[in-house]
Amino acid sequence: MSPVLADRQRIWDLAATVVDPEIPVLTIEDLGILRDVEVADDAVTVTITPTYSGCPAMDAIRDDLLAAFAREGIPNVAVKTSLAPAWTTDWMSEDGKRKLTEYGIAPPSGHSTVTRGPIRLTLATRCPRCGSADTVEVSRFGSTSCKALYECRGCLEPFDYFKVL
Amino acid sequence: MSTYSPDAAHGGHGDHGDIQLDELTLEEEIVRRLGDASADTAEYALWLGDDALILAQQLGWWISRAPELEEDVALGNIALDLLGHARSLLSYAGSASGRSEDDLAYWRSEREFRSSQLAEQPNGDYAHTIVRQLAAAVYMFDLYSRLRTSSDETLAAIAAKAVKEVDYHRDHTVEWFRRLALGTDESRRRLEVAIGHVWPYVGDLFRDEPLIDRLDGVAVRPSSLRARFDVVIDALAAETGITFPDADTARGGGRRGMHSENLSILLAEMQVLAREHPGATW
Repeated sequence: MSPVLADRQRIWDLAATVVDPEIPVLTIEDLGILRDVEVADDAVTVTITPTYSGCPAMDAIRDDLLAAFAREGIPNVAVKTSLAPAWTTDWMSEDGKRKLTEYGIAPPSGHSTVTRGPIRLTLATRCPRCGSADTVEVSRFGSTSCKALYECRGCLEPFDYFKVL
Repeated sequence: MSTYSPDAAHGGHGDHGDIQLDELTLEEEIVRRLGDASADTAEYALWLGDDALILAQQLGWWISRAPELEEDVALGNIALDLLGHARSLLSYAGSASGRSEDDLAYWRSEREFRSSQLAEQPNGDYAHTIVRQLAAAVYMFDLYSRLRTSSDETLAAIAAKAVKEVDYHRDHTVEWFRRLALGTDESRRRLEVAIGHVWPYVGDLFRDEPLIDRLDGVAVRPSSLRARFDVVIDALAAETGITFPDADTARGGGRRGMHSENLSILLAEMQVLAREHPGATW
């Protein structure tokens, strides 16, 4: 095994440089999409998990991972996708939430639950521009599967909200 | 299904002659890791996967035609989730017979589809689509909730992911049901017409077939989902004063490949490109 491959942390860090194609301020590590790296017999296996079942960004993320390793001279890389355990916004890092807010997308508020009761508790979503909590949901479905569309009553700007899953 | 790859957007030649139709192998890794499906489990996966696929195709039609822009986006997103479920389920079903998700989606004929007769009911006006989607989402939510504990690990994993998404679909359709029922005289009238057309086919979701007896612990028995479904619908009926007719009047039989002409028309459109140009890339 080459010295590069012997350092699992370095392999992880390399995989973690890949960003989400839809939200390029977040790495796949920030999002919790990057689940595992394995190094065995001069081959690297990276495991990622989709945010939503139909997420079309998975293709691009896989290609970007292969490209990132190829640039470092590591050609023998497989990208695996796992469905279980199912991805949740709870895996998003605090740093990721901060970056998301700076980018203009409100981060998920609150935590997902295993099963929801008959009443959905919607926590106040703060406007990422002016910080006002006086916001209103315009549509639960937004520009991508993972976002909802909101409007701020303080600054009157529309914004995306990364909804809890 | 093969997906359009955005490669052309970053680094492609910029004209549409160079877009790759990328054959995604992701599902193989999801599915094969845990082993291939048995013939019976594959058949059950087709029930679920075909419902998701047909509904995704139906909802996709609304993009650019929905009553408001937000609904174009909402139905597009719901269709995308359903297509994701269909891809996983059809890939798993195909593992029993060496067929790919594309083989199953594009190269089966109408009689080989195992979708319920509810799924193939026409989009109609928005009320028809909302009524069909209400029944489908309420049913799917309980189905996937329970399938999470299936003894089949692949089905359990697909269900655990799907249920979180279907939860949002259910919310969306319940809100639209309320809006149409309690909106204007016209919206309520059209909702009642839609219920009259669509509801007789709801019973097809809850019919047990002999297959289910062989899948104890693997599948969720359809008839056992009925009581909780009725609780949700009865509550909506009480809240809005809308009357739902008997859900079992249509003959049904989608799980045995018995379909109306609606499905053949839908399949003709969905399959024509793949069949006219086998193996095409563009």
